[in-house]
Amino acid sequence: MGASNNWLWTCSETIPSETHEGQRLVKQLLSKLEEHSWGMSDVFGIHLAAEEAIVNAIKHGNAYNPEKNVQIEMNVGADRVSLRITDEGPGFNPVEVPDPTEEENLENESGRGVMLIKAYMTDVRYNDRGNSVFMEKVRSQ
Amino acid sequence: MADHRRLGVSEVSGVTVVQFIDRKILDDSQIQEIGQEFTALVEQDQKKNILLNFSHVEFLSSSALGKLINLEKQVKAHSGKLRMSNIRPEIMEVFAITKLNKLFDIREDLPDALAAFKS
Repeated sequence: MGASNNWLWTCSETIPSETHEGQRLVKQLLSKLEEHSWGMSDVFGIHLAAEEAIVNAIKHGNAYNPEKNVQIEMNVGADRVSLRITDEGPGFNPVEVPDPTEEENLENESGRGVMLIKAYMTDVRYNDRGNSVFMEKVRSQ
Repeated sequence: MADHRRLGVSEVSGVTVVQFIDRKILDDSQIQEIGQEFTALVEQDQKKNILLNFSHVEFLSSSALGKLINLEKQVKAHSGKLRMSNIRPEIMEVFAITKLNKLFDIREDLPDALAAFKS
C-alpha cells in the first residue's frame, strides 16, 4: 500500500438489482470527485465507466433478478479512483465480446459498455469467473 | 402528432428539429421512452428529415447510443435523412471511441446541420 492508496473516501455497499440504486451510489461518487477537485474530463470518464459497469452487472449479470445483489466498492484518492463491481451472475469472458467498432458490428444497438470502460479507465481487470470487474483511473495531468 | 415527453420537436425549413429535454440520458426507462418517441416520429408522424440537437445533453450511456443507431436505421428505411448537431466535446469523444462518428452525420451547429439537408 503506497501513499497513493491513502483514500480520501471509501464506500462499500451491496445493492439490489435496481438501476436507480446504482445511480444513487454513482451520485455519491460524483459528489466526492467534485469535492476533491477532479477535472471535468476525468469525472466524465469515471461516471461513464461506473454507469456502464453497474448497468452490466444488474442487466446482464443478475438479469434484473430481485433476489440477486450487486456489490459495489468505490475509493477516491487525490490521484486515483478505484471501483470494484461484483454481481451474482454466471460471469462472462470480456475477450469474447465482439469489437463494436468493427464495420460489421457498427450498427449493433448494444455491446459498447465493455469497450467504453476500457477506453476511459487506466486499468481494467476481470476475475476468472467474469462476474467482478476492478477498474482504476489515474488522475490526468 | 404523437406526444413527446423527452423530446422537444419543432419544424424549421422542412426539417424536424428534435431537442433532448434531459441533460443526462442514462436511466433505463428514460432511454426506452426516448426510443419510443423516436419511433413515433418516424412511423406515426412520418418525419423524414430529422435533426437531433444535443445542446442540452451533458451525458449519455451506451444504451442511449443504441437508440440513436435504431433511429438512424428507421430514418434510412423511410428514405429520410438524420443529422446531429451541437454535440459537446465529451460526447463527441464517446462517438469517436465507438466510431459512431463514421455512422452518423454530425455537424457543428444548427445552421450547418440544416444546410446539410439540402446537399
